[in-house]
Amino acid sequence: MDPLDSFRLDTRDWLEQNCPDAMRFAPSGDVMTDADVCWGGRNCVFSCDEQRVWLMRMAERGWTAPTWPREYGGGGLDRAQAKVLAEELQRIRAHNPLDSFGISMLGPALLKYGTHEQKAQFLPPIVRGEIRWCQGYSEPNAGSDLAGLQTRAEDMGDHFLVNGQKVWTSYADKADWIFCLVRTDFAAPKHQGISFVLFDMQSPGVSTHPTRLISGASPFCETFFDNVRVPKTQLVGELNRGWDIAKYLLTHEREMISRLFGVTGAGQVAPADIAVRRIGLEHGKLAEPGLRGDIARLEMDAAAFGLTLERLRDEARAGVGTGAASSMLKYYGTELNKRRQELLVSIHGSDALGWEGAAFEDGLVARSWLRSKGNSIEGGTSEVQLNVIAKRILGLPG
Amino acid sequence: MSLAYNDDERMLLEAAQEFLRAESPVSALRGLRDSADADGFSRALWARMAEMGWTGLLVPEVHGGLGFSHMGAGILCEHMGRTLCASPFFATAVLGVTVLNHAASAAQKAALLPRVAAGECILALALEESARHDPLAITTRVTATADGFVLEGEKRFVLDAHVADTLIVVARTSGAAGEAHGISLFLVDAGAPGVVVERNAMVDSRNAATVTFQAVRLSPEALLGPLDGGFAPLERALDVARSCTAAELLGVATEAFERTLDYLRQRKQFGKIIGEFQGLQHRAATLFCELELARSAVLGALRVADRPDADLAAAASLAKARATDTATLAVNEAVQMHGGIGMTDDFEIGFFMKRAAALRMLMGDAYYHTNRYATLAGY
Ligand SMILES: Cc1cc2nc3c(=O)[nH]c(=O)nc-3n(C[C@H](O)[C@H](O)[C@H](O)COP(=O)(O)OP(=O)(O)OC[C@H]3O[C@@H](n4cnc5c(N)ncnc54)[C@H](O)[C@@H]3O)c2cc1C
Repeated sequence: MDPLDSFRLDTRDWLEQNCPDAMRFAPSGDVMTDADVCWGGRNCVFSCDEQRVWLMRMAERGWTAPTWPREYGGGGLDRAQAKVLAEELQRIRAHNPLDSFGISMLGPALLKYGTHEQKAQFLPPIVRGEIRWCQGYSEPNAGSDLAGLQTRAEDMGDHFLVNGQKVWTSYADKADWIFCLVRTDFAAPKHQGISFVLFDMQSPGVSTHPTRLISGASPFCETFFDNVRVPKTQLVGELNRGWDIAKYLLTHEREMISRLFGVTGAGQVAPADIAVRRIGLEHGKLAEPGLRGDIARLEMDAAAFGLTLERLRDEARAGVGTGAASSMLKYYGTELNKRRQELLVSIHGSDALGWEGAAFEDGLVARSWLRSKGNSIEGGTSEVQLNVIAKRILGLPG
Repeated sequence: MSLAYNDDERMLLEAAQEFLRAESPVSALRGLRDSADADGFSRALWARMAEMGWTGLLVPEVHGGLGFSHMGAGILCEHMGRTLCASPFFATAVLGVTVLNHAASAAQKAALLPRVAAGECILALALEESARHDPLAITTRVTATADGFVLEGEKRFVLDAHVADTLIVVARTSGAAGEAHGISLFLVDAGAPGVVVERNAMVDSRNAATVTFQAVRLSPEALLGPLDGGFAPLERALDVARSCTAAELLGVATEAFERTLDYLRQRKQFGKIIGEFQGLQHRAATLFCELELARSAVLGALRVADRPDADLAAAASLAKARATDTATLAVNEAVQMHGGIGMTDDFEIGFFMKRAAALRMLMGDAYYHTNRYATLAGY
């Protein structure tokens, strides 16, 4: 048998025996809620024991980070095997065992730029979901123009002293550690004075203030640093060369965001199915013809987007990819999700307006719709993605 | 199955690119148009395509063809779209051959396919009866007689009919317009008594005709596929052809886009290269994303077409709708971003706009396929 086929059978078998029933979405109509998401970390509260067991079993095999080297706790799978694993997880509609900025963002950057000691120290706890990370990039005056950041790190011999402020730091109040961009040279041109450091959020001098979003939730914070000591061993890459790392990490963030929002995964219901249930059919067609057309166009664009993710993976495996696709995926995937959420509001009619109470699922439709507006802002705005495409991919001047 | 090309496909792509750029640039189409060429394509070019095996690309090897993948047919269509190559390739080697592959008897295949592969027989599918694509609304009538059949009716938008040797006619042998049952396919000699072909001059300078059948007598062997059961093989062939049309649209769109990018990189106004203006950059970047999605939809459909057991309908509709909308956007943006010169006949970009319009209507526009996609999905 083809080794990939036998890998598939073994994987299927193992998942069948090790993925608890409670960690699988029902085939239809089971909608993912916050309780289904496991972020891990020191203060992790599992929503049920199956969630803990599922994470532990997957982490033991390194399958929370399937393509990372075994040496650092990862699964050691090649791309083809990782694709098979993803397909098999999708097949049983398994919950994601771990959602983690450590896996989707920091890990790839450490693998490329970290020292062996740094990888050995930081990667295994990420794989096991023991340490939860947050991203300290944006500042009040450095958003799209991220390289204009002003948080300073002074060289104190064996450590840096960090002072400044970050904003929109997602889950800073829940995270254990932060990967953070700091300015280490104020005289150099702005891209050449930035360094990439890691530190514990329990360090003296770190404080966080949650900020409430229009959706009512408070997932992000203002984060303040007041004379925070950061050992020099926690500098990643070279001093003043952090911008390269920052950008590399962003490409992974953008791909993560596009996968998260661009495709309808297990635990999400397609707008067409909801529309059929709520609005009904007339002569076999959705009873609101204009909405039917818009839903079909959305579903088609989503299908084409899903095929694009697949094609880019296939091309990368065949060694013919462009590699510059993350901005395209980020732009399209998030705009797609905003369209999807707008359509869901239309499909729900006035029921979409409910904000609190069981009758309206605590405002799930309205809150998801409002939250989606941030998709085209977080991780670099849509306009910034279009700038990147125009200059880097299309080679336009300016 | 991978959406990336395999080695054979990559070789075909390179050969196609080189050949078409050298032998069939846009100026060749202009030449055919301006000289009011009687054939509307170059017989010499067609002979070379036959030599390279393209005419028999989808013809099984036992019948003298290459038995290549549908992905390969899509690659050729895409690159023909890039240079606006005029030839009966699509009508004959894609649409015609696919209908034969799915509907013909062993004897019919043995008689026709080797000649098609050799470039000696041009095929045309006589399908449409109104200005909007509707393969079920067939009223062209075939009635049985003592010694065969009689065909009566009128067909429109028949690609390459005036140069075709053999017509494949979609006709009704029972039932009423709108029903799949009762549709049958027939092979009709283009020179048979009662067949009247009137070439139509089209916006894209390519071949299409109105064909009238006046009491055309057919032998029993003219029936292609099961009596009353022609729709199933026809629909599969249409979906293959739609996927390939989508590939040609992708080629038209990609070429128009790349020419526009070149222009954005060199034209100066206000003391700047116009490609520096963010208003234009964002439009170009948006179009790039649309093109990438259209490409994925097209490759996805062609891969499904290569699996005989897989249902192609939704994938083909996705590809045709997506490629149509993207190409329409690409040619519109191309003319706009070229400014005045884009409006001139001397400049080539307008040819792409015209070809995109013809392909847009061919075998269902984006509205048709969006509607079909929703219906197939049950809403
Ligand atoms: C939900 C959410 C979570 C986030 N999580 C994090 C996090 O965990 N860590 C973190 O560091 N940051 C995070 N961010 C911050 C995010 O990265 C920034 O908001 C984003 O980069 C935009 O910066 P800004 O808010 O300062 O907007 P600005 O940069 O001020 O942009 C304002 C407007 O101007 C446009 N604009 C700016 N420059 C240009 C240009 N050159 N050309 C055209 N248009 C332009 C923008 O597109 C936007 O429309 C998060 C944001 C959100 C919404």
